[in-house]
Amino acid sequence: MPALPLDDAGPYVAGAYLVFLALILIYVAIMASKLARIERELVELSELAERRAAVPDEEREAARPDEVLAGDRAPRARAGR
Amino acid sequence: MSAVAALIRKDLRMELRTRESVPSMFLFSLSTFVLFRFGLDRETLAGDLASGVLWVTLLFAAVLGMNRLFVAEREEGGFDAFLLAPVDRTSLFVAKATVLFGFLVAVEIAAIPAFAVLLLGPSPFQALPGLLAILVLADAGIAIIGTLVGALAIQTRARDLIVPLIALPLVLPVVIAAGHATSPLFAQAGAEALPARWLGVLGLYDLVFGLLALAVFDFLLED
Amino acid sequence: MFGRGLRTLSIASLVLVLGAFSLVFFYAPNDADQGFVQKIFYLHVPLAIVALGGFVTGGIYAVRYLMTGDRAHDLRSYVAIHLSLILGIGVLATGSIWAKASWGAWWVWDEPTLVSFLIVFLLFACYQPLRFSIDDPERQARYAAVFAIIGGAFVPLNFLAVRLAQSLIHPRVLSTTGGDMPGSMRLTFLISFLAMVCLFVTLWKYELASKHASMRLRRLRRALAGDDAAGPLARTAAPTQL
Repeated sequence: MPALPLDDAGPYVAGAYLVFLALILIYVAIMASKLARIERELVELSELAERRAAVPDEEREAARPDEVLAGDRAPRARAGR
Repeated sequence: MSAVAALIRKDLRMELRTRESVPSMFLFSLSTFVLFRFGLDRETLAGDLASGVLWVTLLFAAVLGMNRLFVAEREEGGFDAFLLAPVDRTSLFVAKATVLFGFLVAVEIAAIPAFAVLLLGPSPFQALPGLLAILVLADAGIAIIGTLVGALAIQTRARDLIVPLIALPLVLPVVIAAGHATSPLFAQAGAEALPARWLGVLGLYDLVFGLLALAVFDFLLED
Repeated sequence: MFGRGLRTLSIASLVLVLGAFSLVFFYAPNDADQGFVQKIFYLHVPLAIVALGGFVTGGIYAVRYLMTGDRAHDLRSYVAIHLSLILGIGVLATGSIWAKASWGAWWVWDEPTLVSFLIVFLLFACYQPLRFSIDDPERQARYAAVFAIIGGAFVPLNFLAVRLAQSLIHPRVLSTTGGDMPGSMRLTFLISFLAMVCLFVTLWKYELASKHASMRLRRLRRALAGDDAAGPLARTAAPTQL
């Protein structure tokens, strides 16, 4: 197998390493957008929690956090599930 | 043991009554032989080509059988009935795999003479003993994988798509081994010796996946 | 929980990957046979080994899931297989580029490892469609685990069969020098391999932590705003609750 001169071989090697780099970076980009969404939701929920903390207990009608977080609740029937 | 026998008897009786799987598998093989005749633009085949055409055809016919294997259980509530019965769950796997093996053998009894008549160049009689050995081992492997994949796919939405997608790569080692083992048998000049190491590969494959299937099948049946 | 040690791992990955690439281009000698093109070997082969290892790891965690019922194992199995599929694309792409540079064709059937890798890849590419086609999450996890176990067991058998199928007439095309690898090449390969392993584990933990965070956020939203605020769960291949 004759060795390819550097000018011929260079693009192939570079191409292979670039493919690898592209895969990693695309992955990072997708994960980054997921992280951005998590952050947005977290901000939303923490605002909700702060508003909730300011309201007196008797007026709260939504689900009690401890019950849901314990995970024992039977899932409610919902469209699409 | 009696549970396995009962299940096999039930499936065989159903097949005899409805004549669903085996005739379709056989007719499909015949059509595929004709397709190959025109697709390859050849009237006789020998050696590698004959071996390849035979095994690919048998494999696709097997996929048809895999698709139908658990349909009755699924549609008529057979799974629930089986789970209620006080029998070992793996008996369903053994029974179904045996049934699929039986279907494959039945199809081959008709399809291989058809192949010999339609497409095969050299005489098949010399190849027969070796071919029988290969068929037994390869059919066992296909039956094991087919039963596993059939059970896996029956509960999914896209059942008919999932079965060939999953089964074909899994069965590829069988096709490789069986194809390589069969091609010297179909040599133009007359059947050559059967390469024994491919039988070894087939045997190993059957053993590994047979044990694996026995270990794992239970989990497919839980509700 | 899943993100523990992630920072150390990513720094280690960075160091190892940069170190490996530096060794590849500044230290390892040119191959006598293939010349500069052989440098792809240091990328392609560790990537392939790690991808295959990832598939087998997915199978191992699937076993643990079936034995314990702990959905965290199912999540680990899913992410491992998912990551290995992505790396698998890289393996096939770099293998193809290597084949083109060495042999002039974008694909060679003569190379047994590349062919058996393609078969394994085709099999595991069905993992996500299978999961997606099962609605019930518990059954989805269970069936996916069975599939992952079958696939994991399939990897070595497949390699054996394909390796045997290559007749001895065709020499290994994409191997390194005909004789032994010189020590410098061996070291470079080892560092590259370690770098890939480290990178895989880092990305794996990264994705596990991200998925876990989304799951807990959903539960938090249900807790704070009521069940309806969270909205119905769309059909998905990924595990959605631990």
